[in-house]
Amino acid sequence: MLFRFLIILGLCLPMQAVAQAQVSDLMLDNGMQVVVIEDHRAPVVVQMVWYKVGAADEAPGKSGIAHFLEHLMFKKTGNLASGELSDTVAANGGSDNAFTSQDYTGYYQRVAADRLGLIMKMEADRMVGLQLSVDDIATERDVVIEERNQRTESTPGALFNEQKQAALYMNHNYGVPVIGWMHEIEKLNFDDAIAFYKLHYAPNNAILVVAGDVTLEQVKALAEQYYGVIPANQSVKPRQRTQEPPHRSARRMTYYDERVAQPYVSRTYLAPERDNDDQKTAAALVYLAEILGGSAATSILGKALQFDTQKAVYTSAYYSGTSLDDTTFGLIAVPVPDVSLQEVEDAMDAAIAGFMKSGIDLETFERIKLQMRASEIYAMDNVQGIANRYGAALTQGLTISDVQDWPQVLQDVTTEQIMTAAQLVFERKSSVTGWLMNPKGDSK
Amino acid sequence: MIRILMVLVVLCSGPVQAEVKIKTLTSPSGIAAWLVEEPTIPFTALEIMFSGGAALDVADKRGAAYLMMGLLEEGSGDMDAQAFAAAQEALAASFSFDVYDDTVSISVRFLTENRADSLALLKTALTQPRFDPEAIERVRAQVLSILASDAQDPDTVAGAKWSQLAFGNHAYGASRKGTLSSIAALTRDDIAAAHAMLFVRDTLFVSAVGDISEAELGPLLDNLLGGLPEGGGHKTAPVEFAMKGGLTVVDLTTPQSVALFGHAGIDRDHPDFFAAYVLNTILGGRGVESRLSLEVREKRGLTYGVSSFLVGKEEANMLMGQVASANDRIGEAIEVIRNEWAKMARDGVSQSELNDAQTYLTGAYPLRFDGNAKIANILVGMQRQGLSTDYINTRNDQINAVTLGEINRVAAELLQPEALHFVVVGQPKGLNEE
Repeated sequence: MLFRFLIILGLCLPMQAVAQAQVSDLMLDNGMQVVVIEDHRAPVVVQMVWYKVGAADEAPGKSGIAHFLEHLMFKKTGNLASGELSDTVAANGGSDNAFTSQDYTGYYQRVAADRLGLIMKMEADRMVGLQLSVDDIATERDVVIEERNQRTESTPGALFNEQKQAALYMNHNYGVPVIGWMHEIEKLNFDDAIAFYKLHYAPNNAILVVAGDVTLEQVKALAEQYYGVIPANQSVKPRQRTQEPPHRSARRMTYYDERVAQPYVSRTYLAPERDNDDQKTAAALVYLAEILGGSAATSILGKALQFDTQKAVYTSAYYSGTSLDDTTFGLIAVPVPDVSLQEVEDAMDAAIAGFMKSGIDLETFERIKLQMRASEIYAMDNVQGIANRYGAALTQGLTISDVQDWPQVLQDVTTEQIMTAAQLVFERKSSVTGWLMNPKGDSK
Repeated sequence: MIRILMVLVVLCSGPVQAEVKIKTLTSPSGIAAWLVEEPTIPFTALEIMFSGGAALDVADKRGAAYLMMGLLEEGSGDMDAQAFAAAQEALAASFSFDVYDDTVSISVRFLTENRADSLALLKTALTQPRFDPEAIERVRAQVLSILASDAQDPDTVAGAKWSQLAFGNHAYGASRKGTLSSIAALTRDDIAAAHAMLFVRDTLFVSAVGDISEAELGPLLDNLLGGLPEGGGHKTAPVEFAMKGGLTVVDLTTPQSVALFGHAGIDRDHPDFFAAYVLNTILGGRGVESRLSLEVREKRGLTYGVSSFLVGKEEANMLMGQVASANDRIGEAIEVIRNEWAKMARDGVSQSELNDAQTYLTGAYPLRFDGNAKIANILVGMQRQGLSTDYINTRNDQINAVTLGEINRVAAELLQPEALHFVVVGQPKGLNEE
């Protein structure tokens, strides 16, 4: 049994007090990693089980199966009736849910701390004990179709993003939506679900994160009792995904939808993600997004487009570095009524070109640095958020030390690194520029 | 086997108690506040709430309160919008200004080390907003853009139609964000008038949770809020819930229809409120375990989500629900919901459903209190509702006191299948307006 105990004593900050979360971890004999985050302010605990499998691990033609299986995981097992897990959690005053992304699938319950054994027993039960029936498939597939209707088909912006993502990723599965394409969701069947389940759901492909009013010793004993007895699945292999070839041509697209009330332009660049032992470029890109589009009143795009020229009602730059494979860096500009998309796009490009020449305002840089430190303190108020950080990182190629180093990596970023990262990421050949428009609005 | 074990766990451990040690204090100048000291993280969450919100907008000035709240961070004292933002970022403090029909609220987070400077900055926003013409035009353009998008958003369109049918010309009958024409016409004077009317001592409620003591909080509150005027006793006009049973369709191009449904509800102070609260939990308030979700989602796959909820406004109460289904399936979803409504009104709920709901609600209650910001938010709401600090300890007893006879009497009285109205937005097939 591998057994470690770590405390994040945060960072040598010039702040009076230091943010600290007590985090420890251990490895069960069957290869299941366990992370414990202690917060004794309230008698509450969150259990999360994260599987290292997501939508990007689906076979061609089976888009949506990872998410569909997530729904089906609430059905019958050898020991639990369909829906009984959620019923039991609710009967104990708790709440439960699940989520699927490109890189991971997660299940969680939030209950009074003295019910941890109960929910662990049930979560362990469905890791390998699911007993799907053919009847479950048709009804739950209809639910998923309605979910796609609700989240995607009813929202022009969501359809636009889906098209844009598909255009950006030419060879990687990130170009396929997590929920799946409708024509493929409609054909997902019993065998697809079972095959995906048997291939990926196993203790050696899962991470247990327990956060709240618990100790490492309590969690260790329960985890060994419930998860430790499940044999490792030797057929689980490290993920090997098709990667992007060199991008040689910038892409442009216009998506027309008569439901669009507010047109806008959005550009997405392929960008490096946080990598194990190399988080510096990602950290620099976090700053770059803040500097360019973090706050309307003080960012480069906000100042230029919303204040100085007043061509936009809204601007933003965004970057999410936690990802198993290449991620994206995005820019958005929403024009005021009399400004065309071409005009607002030109203004956006001019503002960024100006920034690339003039560089970073040091006062702004220091403010952002302070805010990043402060966000570590505010983050302590939400232990589930801390749990999410670990689950997401550990299923996306990072280690516990990477998570713990990250705040300091952010503090160590220099303005030179940010400019180098900007040069790297603003490569038009690996970008998609999209206009979201109403077919009736001609000039925009 | 596992079932029996689980029951045992429930019986043996019982619901945990929320341990929230609330101090009530009155500042030197007389501002009342509730405080929970929580020194483990070096920041404080402060909640400031004023009774009286967008429903106090003058009839043809709808949206004034909303626009005003959007302008408080856009320049105050000797700072313009950009200087204010830079000052706030340099303190790493956050201020969130929200407006609802019956309240306006300010949610604040500040670091212990920047406590005084953060509140001094907030004070300028609260008491000396500049409402500069450029800022007004900039935020007005943002609101107009939001309103244009709202007009195409199925959920927002459904909400607007519902409000209009339920409350007509009363302020509750239109969006608190205003309309394209009312927002376009608002002047700086209108905005300043909304500010002067809403930020008054008489309607103020305050809670703080975090790294701050009673002795520290009082003087800070005096400095921050002591200068506010006493207030002029504005009150939302009374209104009758005017909607009759039926079905209204709003045509909108979308593959999935969304529906809001419901009828009049029950007052928070009514002796039957807790019975109604438990009843709604069983009907549609408890996620996928509720009756509506079981019938509409789990058994038939007609929706991704269906729920019901009690809505308590200052001058009106409603029991409402929402559902979304493909245009060719929404008709069936509505039929199932109508049947469940009628069935619960007629037959009530079972003893085991009541027991399950009580266990769920009493167990879930203490889990709400797990973060400074969450607790501060709950405490300010309790004060506005006129509850005592002891409510946290007695609330579960009131849930458990609901009997089967009582809840089924309330089911027959509260649930009115013939009064149930559906507002459907989309292109539903086979539905006729009633």
